[in-house]
Amino acid sequence: MSKILLHGTEAICEGAMRNGCRAFFGYPITPQNEVPEYMSVQMPKIGGVFVQAESEVAAINMVYGAAGAGIRAMTSSSSPGVSLKQEGISYIACARIPCVIVNIMRAGPGLGGILPAQGDYFQATKGGGHGDYHLIVLAPSTAQEACDFTYRAFDLSDKYRVPAMILADGMIGQIMEPVELPPMRDLKDIPEKQWATSGHYGKERRILNSLIIKPEELEPHVNELQRTYDEIYANERKAECYKTEDAEIVLTAYGTIARICKSVVDELRMQGVKAGCIRPITLYPFPDDAYAKCAAGAAKAFLSVELSLGQMVEDVKLAVNGKKPVYFYGRTGGNVPEEAEIIEAAKNALKKAEAVQ
Amino acid sequence: MIKILLAGQGGQGVLSAGKFLAESGLHEGKEVTYLPAYGPEMRGGTANCSVIISEHAIASPLCNKPDVLIAMNGPSFHKFAPRVKSGGIIIVNGSVSDCYAGRDDVHVYDVAANDIAIETGDVRSANMVMLGAFIALTGAVKEKSIFNCLNEKFVGKPHVCEVNGKAFRAGMQAVR
Repeated sequence: MSKILLHGTEAICEGAMRNGCRAFFGYPITPQNEVPEYMSVQMPKIGGVFVQAESEVAAINMVYGAAGAGIRAMTSSSSPGVSLKQEGISYIACARIPCVIVNIMRAGPGLGGILPAQGDYFQATKGGGHGDYHLIVLAPSTAQEACDFTYRAFDLSDKYRVPAMILADGMIGQIMEPVELPPMRDLKDIPEKQWATSGHYGKERRILNSLIIKPEELEPHVNELQRTYDEIYANERKAECYKTEDAEIVLTAYGTIARICKSVVDELRMQGVKAGCIRPITLYPFPDDAYAKCAAGAAKAFLSVELSLGQMVEDVKLAVNGKKPVYFYGRTGGNVPEEAEIIEAAKNALKKAEAVQ
Repeated sequence: MIKILLAGQGGQGVLSAGKFLAESGLHEGKEVTYLPAYGPEMRGGTANCSVIISEHAIASPLCNKPDVLIAMNGPSFHKFAPRVKSGGIIIVNGSVSDCYAGRDDVHVYDVAANDIAIETGDVRSANMVMLGAFIALTGAVKEKSIFNCLNEKFVGKPHVCEVNGKAFRAGMQAVR
């Protein structure tokens, strides 16, 4: 199939619709307005539902309802809007309802700015709302991945009955790149959900609930959730390792920043510095195996490059586990680091690491 | 790989020219990225976008140091001229801007895009004049791909297609 030029946001929508998403609920916010715009046009054409909700809170609860009835459902927002959704996400996680939540991150905290950022890493990967839960978090770095990862998110979410999140920076939303679209999946090919509250029709009574008031019932439920997260950790960690085999300075970044880091790696190698880059594809579960491998090998230092003031770096440190020094370079406020800045930070990190050895 | 920064005033067709260029690259099976600056822009404000066309997979989509700057007005010419790679090309819309880049390690081409576009039929196709000059100077994509793309984009609007085609050709002539 030939490639077409698509916005990252449109690619997300296509990935969703082509894997059976038939309900979208959203509320406008920059820089992801193209998602509801595109969905409002496309969903009616494939027999799907599009609702512009009265708020982000309403939108996530509409997802709760639709997905609870067994429909593949999605909502999309940007940072402040995703904060508003957190209560609903926690309920959905507890009720074990699969769905996909898209966060095209903008600069925070607060209403912040509309330019690209990655300040929602903690919120996305550590739970975000209240209680012991996680989302499956995928981080696309191209328009193609925006499509493919959203497609995959629906399958993963259904498989584990854990809500999934697409976490992307504002650039992924706005970029246009060639995308090869997967074929439209027949809804009949999607496994039936034996737990869905899809109407009685003589079936046994099904209840989806996040209020489990008896401690002797809630604890096993939370433990069961944890067992699922352990299973996800065992099966689904994924990272792209770029020229890391002999790398002495290992950069690490996700999303668009990882692409800039790859250019930095090429430039550093031209200058004779052995550099590589680990790009987590799943942010939860975090691909700690990729880091452990590098830490045991040629790596002298790691450098986490983020559009935040040091969030993913904590997971990198846990993964490297003290074997090698881990440094950090980040920008905020909607500023994106230029290659030259990262090159300097990488050289400094390597110099510092060599000094302490 | 060629990195192009297109900049100008909102409404001058900067973003559509960038998108068009990316489409044309895709027509040839090349790797392309198109990244618009999406600040809180408004009509009459500034607009710019980065386009990369490459034979290989594109890592960073940013054009902090473009090979080519296509500047549709004075403010964007002066803002971005210092960023162009040494030895690079600047195409500036001489109808509405001076052409003094303040550096002599880049090639500056003065293309009176508005005047040429008016002559060829519609001032709104000034962006196509600039694209014509760009293709003539760099050969980043084939002339034929541009016309294929034009026919595709303005299907059922032969007049619009013709005006834009004329503007594009006049742009090519302007730098030859």
